[in-house]
Amino acid sequence: MSEKKTKRRDFLFTATTAVGAVGAAAVVWPMIDQMNPDASVKALASTEVDVSALTPGNTLTVLWRGKPVFIRRRTQEEIDEARSVKMEDLIHPEKDEDRAKNPEWLVMLGVCTHLGCVPLNDKGDYNGWFCPCHGSHYDTSGRIRKGPAPWNMEVPKYEFVNANTIKIG
Amino acid sequence: MSDHDYKPKSKVGQWFNDRLPLLTLANHLTDYPTPKNLNYWWTFGGILTFCLITQIVTGLTLAMHYIAHADMAFESVEHIMRDVNYGWLIRYIHANGASMFFLAVYIHIFRSLFYGSYKSPREIIWILGIIIYLLMMAAAFMGYVLPWGQMSFWGATVITNLFSAIPLVGEGIVTWLWGGYSVDNPTLTRFFTLHYLIPFLILGLVVLHIWALHVPGNNNPVGIDIKKPSKDTVPFHPYIVIKDGFALLMFMIVFAFFVFYAPNILGHADNYIEANPMVTPAHIVPEWYLLPFYAILRSVPDKLLGVVAMLSAILILAVLPWLDTSKIRSAVFRPLYKQFYWILVADVLILGYVGAMPAEGLYLLIARVATAYYFLHFLVILPILGFKEKTLPVPLSITEPILGGSPNLATARNKESKIE
Repeated sequence: MSEKKTKRRDFLFTATTAVGAVGAAAVVWPMIDQMNPDASVKALASTEVDVSALTPGNTLTVLWRGKPVFIRRRTQEEIDEARSVKMEDLIHPEKDEDRAKNPEWLVMLGVCTHLGCVPLNDKGDYNGWFCPCHGSHYDTSGRIRKGPAPWNMEVPKYEFVNANTIKIG
Repeated sequence: MSDHDYKPKSKVGQWFNDRLPLLTLANHLTDYPTPKNLNYWWTFGGILTFCLITQIVTGLTLAMHYIAHADMAFESVEHIMRDVNYGWLIRYIHANGASMFFLAVYIHIFRSLFYGSYKSPREIIWILGIIIYLLMMAAAFMGYVLPWGQMSFWGATVITNLFSAIPLVGEGIVTWLWGGYSVDNPTLTRFFTLHYLIPFLILGLVVLHIWALHVPGNNNPVGIDIKKPSKDTVPFHPYIVIKDGFALLMFMIVFAFFVFYAPNILGHADNYIEANPMVTPAHIVPEWYLLPFYAILRSVPDKLLGVVAMLSAILILAVLPWLDTSKIRSAVFRPLYKQFYWILVADVLILGYVGAMPAEGLYLLIARVATAYYFLHFLVILPILGFKEKTLPVPLSITEPILGGSPNLATARNKESKIE
């Protein structure tokens, strides 16, 4: 076996390439990362909403981080309907109890998990929401039941600051 | 090529050309031997160059008045339409120019498909063309976002959300593209930047596209290799220049019709409503030139697979030179391919139509059949056809059937041999 001797030149070549690659990556990263959400965007993390005027069977839509949030004050029928669904019938199985801690209030991002359109209230085959863009049907718990969307509408972090105010984020 | 021997007549010309051979290039472009049987389908290369330059010039002038900010973009476009001198004209040329650009590029692509221009030795020209086409789509999509109307906003939302279909990193990529948690001002400013950049990238690729073309020379309706220069060729100038110029004038009549008589017919009325992140328009449709791919996206019920199908529909074109196994280029001599070609044309038109319709019921069914056929054409029919098809005899030169005095090849050969 004829072994190729490692020369000083080979070492210099490898070392130079390695340092060059690290240097290039170090310069490229800021160029890429500058496109991520900036400090001012991140600062708009939470919003407080007064829900005292909302009557059962109605939905309030508010803007949070540039996205609509649905706040639905559900009727007893809607709650019963959402809680009676069997887990095996769901595309993305989630219990209504986990999605709406306080059963009367459903808070979720009003964004279809397919391609980000805003679904319409009180529409669709499951009395919940219907996305007009590509035909996804959501139930009264905002869970995907039919159509191309892969997941249920997302429940953001929120809390009741007092009886009339919800803090989202 | 003979133009290497070119020597400018004047002393100054020689002095300059020895230092920068621009005159040699100019001589190559004027003398460039072109098949003498090129028909009007070959004039779209020149028309496309015109479209690109029109978009760059009108785009530059619009950018002098447009404001890339979520709060001001919509108003600044209205300002262009109402206040800026001839702003309405420049914007209508730019907006309709995009449609004209795609109209021309589709004719150009389907001409290649009919005459087999993508085949050896022209694969690189073809692939460069596909890259240009992809960049055109990116530029058109981002340009459509800039007026910040309802279709701009929701089109941007839907298309950027396509990336969320990528497993694991998808959501991170979408946030990165947006520069926030939804399409918003950071998205608009970066789209403006990229929309400004891409036409110049296209311009560079067009130079490569033409350079690669000038190595083997043009394909032609008969699809045979010809000697250059020979009795089968004519110099580019004045023959092709005049023909291209005439076709361009005809094309500009169509262009002017849209600009002056139906400037909004290809757009969507909802884009004259300012972007509102709280309300999605009842029916989101992309611009007409993207509809076939949109139909493919919607015809697949799974999110990730839908995106994969849509991208494959475009990228499959890049490997077309290797999917088509036939040695014969022109469809003129391929009786079966010719029929499948027209079925493909109809299939793409049907996909475009159902892409504009709601994705439900019969429309969805048609979209699925048409999508399946689209892939069938490229992945099954074309590879098999090359082996099975009985092709017609191909003439030895462009001149042969004509000098023989008959369009029928057998008679022509017979007569020619008698003359000799």
